[in-house]
Amino acid sequence: MQHESAIREPLILGHKTYHDITEDIARPIEGRANKYWYLVFTIAVAAWTWGIGCLFYTIGTGIGAWGANKTVGWAWDITNFVWWIGIGHAGTLISAVLLLFRQKWRMAINRSAEAMTIFAVMCAAIFVTMHTGRPWLDYWLFPHANQFGSLWVNFNSPLLWDVFAVSTYFSISLVFWYTGLIPDFATIRDRAVKPMSKKIYTLLSFGWSGRAKDWTRFEEVSLVLAGISTPLVFSVHSIVSMDFATSIVPGWHTTIFPPYFVAGAIFSGFAMVETLLLVVRKVLNLEHYITVKHMEYMNIVIILTGSMVGVAYLSELFISWYSGVEYEAYAFLNRATGPYWWSYAGMMTCNVISPQLYWFKKLRTSLTFTFVLSIVVNIGMWFERFVIIVTSLHRDYIPSSWTMYHPTWIEIGIFTGTIGMFFTFFLLFARVFPVIALNELKTILKVSGESYKKEAAAHTHDHH
Amino acid sequence: MGNTKKYWKGLDELNDNPAFLKQRENEFNEYVPVDKFLSDTNAMEESSTSRRDFLKFLGFSVTAATLAACETPVTKVVPYVVKPEEVTPGVANWYASSYFDGHDYCSIIVKTREARPIKIEGNPFSKITMGGVNARVQASLLSLYDSDRFFGPVNGKGSEMTWDKADAAVKTGIENAVAAKKDVVLLSSTIISPTTKAAIAEFTGKYGAKHVTFDSISYSGMLMANKNSFGQAVIPTYNFDKASVIVSFGADFLTNWVSPIEIAKQYSKTRKISKEKKEMSKHIQFESILTVSGANADERHPVKPSEMGAYVTALYNKVAGGSLPVSKKINDQAVAETAKWLMDNKGKSLVVCGSNDVNIQLVVNAINQSLGNYGNTIDINTPNYSKQGIDEDFVKLVENMRSGNVGALIVYNCNPVYTAPAKLKFEEAFAKVATKVSLATRSDETTALCDVICPDHNFLESWNDHNPRKGHYSLQQPTITPLFAAPRFNGSRQAQQSILKWAGNDTDYHTYLSNNWKAMFNNAGDSLTYWNQSLHDGAMYVEGVGGTPAPARKDDAKHDHKAVAAAAPKKESKEESSDMPKIDLSAAAAKIAEAKGGEMEVEFYESTAMGNGVQANNPWLQELPDPITKITWDNYITMNPEDMKGKYNVLERFDQLEDEPDTAAVTVDGFTLQDLPVFPQPGQAMGTIGIALGYGRTNSGKAAQEVGVNVYKTVQWTNNSMQYTANATVAKGKGTHPIACTQTHHTMMGRDIVKETSLMAWMNDAGAGNEHETIIHKGKATDPTEVNLWDSFDRPGHKWGLAIDLNSCIGCGACVVSCSAENNVPVVGKTEVRRSREMHWIRIDRYYSSDMSKAVGKKEGKGKIETYREMEHPSTANPRVMFQPLMCQHCNHAPCETVCPVLATSHSGEGLNMMTYNRCVGTRYCANNCPFKVRRFNWFNYTGNKNFKDVNPAMDDIGRMVLNPDVVVRSRGVMEKCSMCVQRIQAGKLVAKTQGRKLVDGEIQTACSQSCPTNAIIFGDLNDANSEVSKWHANERNYKLLEETDVRPSVGYLTKVRNTVMEEEGEKAEKNEGEKKEEKKEEKEHS
Repeated sequence: MQHESAIREPLILGHKTYHDITEDIARPIEGRANKYWYLVFTIAVAAWTWGIGCLFYTIGTGIGAWGANKTVGWAWDITNFVWWIGIGHAGTLISAVLLLFRQKWRMAINRSAEAMTIFAVMCAAIFVTMHTGRPWLDYWLFPHANQFGSLWVNFNSPLLWDVFAVSTYFSISLVFWYTGLIPDFATIRDRAVKPMSKKIYTLLSFGWSGRAKDWTRFEEVSLVLAGISTPLVFSVHSIVSMDFATSIVPGWHTTIFPPYFVAGAIFSGFAMVETLLLVVRKVLNLEHYITVKHMEYMNIVIILTGSMVGVAYLSELFISWYSGVEYEAYAFLNRATGPYWWSYAGMMTCNVISPQLYWFKKLRTSLTFTFVLSIVVNIGMWFERFVIIVTSLHRDYIPSSWTMYHPTWIEIGIFTGTIGMFFTFFLLFARVFPVIALNELKTILKVSGESYKKEAAAHTHDHH
Repeated sequence: MGNTKKYWKGLDELNDNPAFLKQRENEFNEYVPVDKFLSDTNAMEESSTSRRDFLKFLGFSVTAATLAACETPVTKVVPYVVKPEEVTPGVANWYASSYFDGHDYCSIIVKTREARPIKIEGNPFSKITMGGVNARVQASLLSLYDSDRFFGPVNGKGSEMTWDKADAAVKTGIENAVAAKKDVVLLSSTIISPTTKAAIAEFTGKYGAKHVTFDSISYSGMLMANKNSFGQAVIPTYNFDKASVIVSFGADFLTNWVSPIEIAKQYSKTRKISKEKKEMSKHIQFESILTVSGANADERHPVKPSEMGAYVTALYNKVAGGSLPVSKKINDQAVAETAKWLMDNKGKSLVVCGSNDVNIQLVVNAINQSLGNYGNTIDINTPNYSKQGIDEDFVKLVENMRSGNVGALIVYNCNPVYTAPAKLKFEEAFAKVATKVSLATRSDETTALCDVICPDHNFLESWNDHNPRKGHYSLQQPTITPLFAAPRFNGSRQAQQSILKWAGNDTDYHTYLSNNWKAMFNNAGDSLTYWNQSLHDGAMYVEGVGGTPAPARKDDAKHDHKAVAAAAPKKESKEESSDMPKIDLSAAAAKIAEAKGGEMEVEFYESTAMGNGVQANNPWLQELPDPITKITWDNYITMNPEDMKGKYNVLERFDQLEDEPDTAAVTVDGFTLQDLPVFPQPGQAMGTIGIALGYGRTNSGKAAQEVGVNVYKTVQWTNNSMQYTANATVAKGKGTHPIACTQTHHTMMGRDIVKETSLMAWMNDAGAGNEHETIIHKGKATDPTEVNLWDSFDRPGHKWGLAIDLNSCIGCGACVVSCSAENNVPVVGKTEVRRSREMHWIRIDRYYSSDMSKAVGKKEGKGKIETYREMEHPSTANPRVMFQPLMCQHCNHAPCETVCPVLATSHSGEGLNMMTYNRCVGTRYCANNCPFKVRRFNWFNYTGNKNFKDVNPAMDDIGRMVLNPDVVVRSRGVMEKCSMCVQRIQAGKLVAKTQGRKLVDGEIQTACSQSCPTNAIIFGDLNDANSEVSKWHANERNYKLLEETDVRPSVGYLTKVRNTVMEEEGEKAEKNEGEKKEEKKEEKEHS
């Protein structure tokens, strides 16, 4: 058994037994939802339905229903795509990278974070598949056997790598998430009383028996998947950033993009995890498992990644001046002082200045402040993508083509719809899936549980 | 006897056989042994048809039945029953013809495919238009396929009638008028057709009728001035190509004035420079609005309309040493400099004036006379017949109508209800005419008030001849069977035919024309050959007298037009100039001096796209951006931004959807024009506004509806002619009005996009102003093409390219319409243009110079941000204007090609950047990565989405006939762009191949290069060192756009050269010297 230093704060508060953990985490699944859940769920489904309506309208009439134009070919669509993909980054980072680094605090949050990843990537997929002029032909982006003649895809195009990266990321994340869920489903199955739910959870748990052999395999698979996922965490957003970095658009053509995009993604992903978990712990009474300490850890990641993003912004500015390239220099000057200055100002305030407030311990351990800031960060990250995409395109090389971009109600509707879809899925997830990896959590109860830690401390004290 | 025959199926039924009656109840009249079959368990078990198989069969049959029930759309192709001999499907036929709508004249060749005209080009045989064609003539093709045309005669209530009834109604009307001793009048715009005139003469002769000519854009002032000066009310022929100095007072001769296609051609000859020809004309323009001609001028002086006379008089005083009174404060220095240029180039100069005031024109005549320009640059002995309307005749006619003296009025090719000034109260007078007949092809403001409409054929369906100028003849032949000739329509009938019919002559107009032609050229030998040859050539020039021609056209010279040109009567005109009458100017000068200026003055002008408004229902023209303002689908008030300050929202860089210009109401002489948007126009003379004529049509079809305001109403009737300038009061209107502009940013932001230099600098250094970009590579300034990321390929065959001479491009937009017609480019309408989604494959960028530059900013100690912000604003007072046609640059390192995930855009072995529409998924990545922003996306299904039914000609069955069958109509969601007219390249190669020879340079033309009236665009093979395009690419003035990005375009631009001194050049030289010094310093340090 592992030992943990006494001065480390416990990760499970109060006096909990293994059974208590099972009880606490199974409660929302076995109990009934309150009216607030139904209220929020209704709103989410309504937003989603509206989004679907807007999407159908778009498919019916054409991408002209959106606001993009001859100069600004991508706008809200790709902004939202990159934003959602970014949000989807925290889950796999938490489950894979932190697993490899043996960070035990991940156990309370990884399940929800992974769920969030899956849902966010689904939202992102809506934008990336629907932004094309003829979405019914999107499958041409996959290299597939066909009878169109000797047609193949263009391996030079970063958009193609994007297709590979995102689809791989989605499938691996899904498998990883599901693998982790198997023992927990088994626990729920064992407790289920109603025949229907018993049947369902039996199916879902893939015949998990809880034998040592099962556990060994489980851990092996987890490790292997973590090994596969870790590079993906870095590759997905690097490749997304290459859509921009390999182009010749001033403001896009930047070698700093891959690391900067990854840092930004983790930044926004963690913020979204915080937003969700702060609500979940309250509503599902999981304050003992998802503690202030967890939030603090995440806030530290946010300071780190936020600062990286800040450094990236500043070096971009510096390079634009230092390069002496007219177009590059103007692109950045235009970001900051042009007609879209407000989005740049929003991005700078939300992403660079606000996370620095977490240097104060008081603020980073304040849950209310964290909640507010987690939303601010995601607003800032949305602006970042908007700034990169729209303000770079709207004034590029030839001034005669410079123009402005205005979103339409249709694309605002679709964006709202994806938020609705995201929350619909998440709310359903919170009702029927164990939101915390309960079996994994049990492994640290004796090491990091508050009462055990106190006991151990008293014990050690006795020895002296 | 009632017929109660009964039929039986057989004897059984007849006899009511009970067995038969029983069986009749059953659906299947044969016994089906189902029970027996099912009860036979053994057989059932042994049968190989299992339940599964049964379900499979069932499933298959249901599916098959369902699928068979789905109807696939059937498009019927009806083959020729008897194939016309000259039509080969897939092969185009070209016919020479002519275009004249009472305003623009052009000798054209019409491309037809499967007997359907699909494209108009200039006829190179014409000595007038010389193969040139402008946007309006290009677009006139669409008027043939206008679904708003009349399908047959219509009565006053708008219901159709037969031709017999229509003719009867007209004849009764005329006879009643004659009986009542009232006038019968034929009102038309200028007619230049001798045969039409003959027909009209027959008509007027029969009824004692009158023929009155009324031109929507009047040249009465000039005609009267020339009558006064030379005894002939004619417009002379101008030879701009012989002029070294061109001075224009408000005449926009490049796109509108007198004979714009011809003049643009001539003008461009004087602007083209090369190693062999180093002279370039000097062009000085005085004007109040910024016209296309003003934009191309070397020197431009903004002047108020009321001061124009004073400037002309002052110039006369300087040039001819006169002492006429000059009542206004004027820019003496500008006049003195202009006078000096003119005096130095006597006989090689030309002064023209756009004013319709007889007095000003008289002074202009005197200036030209004292400069000895008559006989050299102006040929008064070869009159131009295309402007004949004398306004006074029309005004008298209206008076006659009002007093009830006109019993029948036939309106031909003229729309007086729309074009007559409000003061004349034409509608009121018109109502007093008992029989009002119109010969219009489609509804307009006048037809709405007529009693009978006898629709004319479209010009592409008609026979006619034209005599636009003394000695110059051209024929017009039908290129299609009249569209509404099918029996289900009453159909249109050629106006001349109607007139002949009413005159009691039933001869077919075609026969009438050829007879008349025979009579005119009776001594020309074999008249049939003569006729056929003339018809083939379309245009011809005959020596000798033009008025009543009986000329000898030398048949041996029929293709040698140069020879004919050499024989042109040069000598006699020179003689003429010496015995020209001395023009008396004192009265005129006194009148000019009386002109009172206003605080605000308005000038009404013809817009390049809309002209006089005849073609307002033409979506191609409505969507053609104005060369200067780049606004589509509207007319508006142009006002200097300085004048607007404090009163109107100055939207220099207005954002399409957020900001809308304020509106204003303009009151001229008691008549108010409401709700015109105010647009900031740099270079507009202070205290003046400009508004385009030709808009505000109320009854002319779906595309023209509710577009702009009709300002013909405020045209002034003074000094016996229509005046297009007036004093006005401008008051702020209610609210704002959205406008659709294709270019919202007006300066180059200090970038070397249009490179320009002065003539002096170019003479010293052929590469002046064309400093090539370098990039720093391994610490050294390197030519970007030396650093290469890509493998290079051999291009052994052809390598197509374009070269564009920015010095010749006048920005007229003919190429834009030509490209739209050739490549089926959709028209998207105002709302979509406002969303920056116009689809033009070629655009003409227009830039203004700015007072601010980086050097100025530095000098004034301004920060970078402030400098850039100020660079966004054009100079307001009098900016330099630059035009640049921009189409796909067909980059050899095309950034669009690498990013397409599905290889829908790729490079051809002949250097073309190609689009595979079928493969395109529509990610728009290529458009984002295109540094020139020339790629266009099909945001909607432009041929099927009902939102576009009013604007896109391809939306209705008739309009769709204009589509070029050689070019795919793109579907929704795919990217498109300039293909360098790949269909023409393929066709050209095929012709050469079938003839077993090599391609000849110039044989293949892109639509833009073919239609350019100034030959500013050259297409050809860059692999052929002797091709014109290669020579242009090798020119020192040649440069590629955005060279430093190393995208290696196949389109080269030649630096613009101005015959003037440019301020920035000093700066640039300073900067260059500074850089050189620094370099030297560095070198020293290194060593």
